[in-house]
Amino acid sequence: MSRFRVAVHIVPRKGILDPQGKAVSDALHSLGFDGVSDTRIGRHIVLHIAAPDAKAADAQVREMCGRLLANPVTEDFEIATVESA
Amino acid sequence: MKFGIVTFPGSNCDYDSYHAVADSLGLPAVYLWHKSTDLQGVDVVVLPGGFSYGDYLRAGAIARFSPIMQEVAAHARAGGPVLGICNGFQIACEAGLLPGALLRNANLQFVSDTVRIRVENADTMFTSRCEVGDVLRIPIAHGDGRFTADADTLDRLEGEGRVVFRYVNEHGVPDANANPNGSMRDIAGIISEEGNVLGLMPHPERAMEDLIGSADGRRIFESLLARVSA
Repeated sequence: MSRFRVAVHIVPRKGILDPQGKAVSDALHSLGFDGVSDTRIGRHIVLHIAAPDAKAADAQVREMCGRLLANPVTEDFEIATVESA
Repeated sequence: MKFGIVTFPGSNCDYDSYHAVADSLGLPAVYLWHKSTDLQGVDVVVLPGGFSYGDYLRAGAIARFSPIMQEVAAHARAGGPVLGICNGFQIACEAGLLPGALLRNANLQFVSDTVRIRVENADTMFTSRCEVGDVLRIPIAHGDGRFTADADTLDRLEGEGRVVFRYVNEHGVPDANANPNGSMRDIAGIISEEGNVLGLMPHPERAMEDLIGSADGRRIFESLLARVSA
């Protein structure tokens, strides 16, 4: 078994109202960042796990997202990085 | 009929629920500790309001894995009544006992108020003492009450009469100002496919006596009493 550091991004699914994201978009517009068309605010989770290899670590974290870390009704997730730790 | 009120770490409406059942209605009630696996032979399980597990990760997300919830899920699968109030509604959704999810209020504020909800289906074990169109005045207190589901799920809920309560204005009509949290289709409460699990954001257990502003919450408990005892 090796140790891995896995980072996951979880964001509100497209089409679902994200009032925090909208408030931040509006604030960015008032600062002059007119190019911002959408802001989604989610969470970033960093896990340290033991797995045989990076692929297995990735698969484990996907299962964690499906069962707990993300809500399948309202959120999308992506594995940002899988690094040896 | 015996009520079991689940206490999770962070529950804060378990005492209100106990008061509603034991003192207002004079019925037997017990607290069910989250680490227990014994429902103590209760007929109705109440998942009370509060901030179970500090609302960590998402409201209700952790509570769903507590030992007592495995028993509550089995009770629900066997047709036993479950009343999920506020955080209890969030837990029931996370546990898959009800469809959809409850997200941050659209106005990003914690809303503490008394709202009007209209009975949309009186043919449920939770509303048999109501008529369709009755408007109940019930308190709310939540930050994550925006009911959200995909369009197919919403259509199915509506088509199957599973939208039980909708937020309405003083004329008994839904409007954007009467909807306190931005819930899709003004949904305040829904029931499961089998009709034995009700989730709602308003707090009927805090509306049991006219002295404190409204006794309309009694209608839900009395409906349950009539149906479950029958």
